[in-house]
Amino acid sequence: MSVVPAAMWGSEPRPHLRALDLSAWRVPVLGVLLLLGACKEVPGPRYVTSGADAQHGKALIEQTACGACHQIGGIAWPRGRLGPSLVNFNDIGLIAGALPNTPENLAHFIRNAPEAKPGSTMPPMPVTDAEARDIAAYLYSLNDGGEDK
Amino acid sequence: MFDAVWGWPPPVLDPAGPYAEDVTLLAWVLMGMALVVTAIIIAALWAAIKGPPWIKEKLGGERAVWIGGIAFPGVVLTALLIWGLTLTASLTQPITGKEMRVRVTGEMWWFRVQYLDEAGEVVMNDANELHLPVGVPVVLELRSADVIHSFWIPHLSGKKDMVPGRTNLLRIEASESGRFGGVCAEYCGGPHALMGFIAVAHEQDEWQRWLAARLQRQQADVPLPQPRTTPLPAVYTDVDLPRDSALRGGTDWDATQGRALFMASGCSACHRVAGTEANGLAGPDLTHVGARLSLGAGILPNHRGTLVGWIGDSQSIKPGNRMPSYDRLSGDQLNQIAAWLEQQI
Repeated sequence: MSVVPAAMWGSEPRPHLRALDLSAWRVPVLGVLLLLGACKEVPGPRYVTSGADAQHGKALIEQTACGACHQIGGIAWPRGRLGPSLVNFNDIGLIAGALPNTPENLAHFIRNAPEAKPGSTMPPMPVTDAEARDIAAYLYSLNDGGEDK
Repeated sequence: MFDAVWGWPPPVLDPAGPYAEDVTLLAWVLMGMALVVTAIIIAALWAAIKGPPWIKEKLGGERAVWIGGIAFPGVVLTALLIWGLTLTASLTQPITGKEMRVRVTGEMWWFRVQYLDEAGEVVMNDANELHLPVGVPVVLELRSADVIHSFWIPHLSGKKDMVPGRTNLLRIEASESGRFGGVCAEYCGGPHALMGFIAVAHEQDEWQRWLAARLQRQQADVPLPQPRTTPLPAVYTDVDLPRDSALRGGTDWDATQGRALFMASGCSACHRVAGTEANGLAGPDLTHVGARLSLGAGILPNHRGTLVGWIGDSQSIKPGNRMPSYDRLSGDQLNQIAAWLEQQI
């Protein structure tokens, strides 16, 4: 509103600049501030997986080749289509459409899917409990498709 | 998978056998000489621009051209040539015919591996994996079934082309036990970049045991599905699931079903499993697939998950490869076939 330096206005505001009188803007400015106040902060990772190392989880995903069946954000190859895509995993509902979405359930499912969800096509994976938690931490960190969309 | 096999130093600078050692030494000396010569040139250039007048005069003289431009390169390059040819003479030693021989055939996009006896007859079939004893030269008969491929195990030797209609001989030797990654080093179409294999060098006693077990298996009658009793691959070692877990090794019932499905789904048209009715020759021999270190020609680790993924949808993993995606099978059926294949060791 004060883009024009006051010195250029002369001694008296010119008529067409009267619209800049702040009193006329009070209501809309207040409205915008109220609207902005209603906005939430951008959400961070949905689940805090304490003690788990997401970057180690990513290395494990590459080493185990989870990508043979799943598309996973940040994993360039392979991008298998036999299993469901895990891109944007942060936004999914139930794990495998069946289990409550908690880090414990996810780690259990990664490690031994047929035990966590009888009838699952996904076989048990050659990872330890701690490694499964790291992988879960990486999957929960995937937002908007991970690093490469 | 490749990251596990190919770390730092890069394989070309990390020789594990006498032939690769010669090549690597030669490479280091040549790189060292290049650095020395570059340093001399930079120093002379600096002296010619910034140095005192008497140096400028010398560098600009006719003598400097005779010494630095003709005598020095002539002597250095001749010496390097003689030394280099002497050093690498072992690479071109004539082959006596008494060495252990393995025929490796490049196919689009995998490697057929056949172990030969003294008469040149095939005694054992395998794929994408080459086992050899430590300290013994092995002669590879390199062939191609379709287009030109190139066979390269940087840790063990230089590369050599696999040319249709020819048999190229390549001698390799490992001086230490271990696993060494290899690749096809000549563009051969579509998934060329996903055409790899693994060489495994065994100590002598381990080699004898390995060979005896393999030969026995190749000649065995139809094997009945057995629950897994052998140690699991190294990748499972740190896992504290029960070793004999039915989920891990697959149950008898799973494997029996898997075997029937393997035959009924047409897998046997392209794949051979010794001692069974599966006798296809177009694709990799699966007699020892359960013991293999990799799947899909050196590109995936070998476990139940990757087996299921490869059989069910290999086209999404290695687009263009010649195995169709068996996505008409159910998850249970894929797991059953995988359970049976895991027992083929």
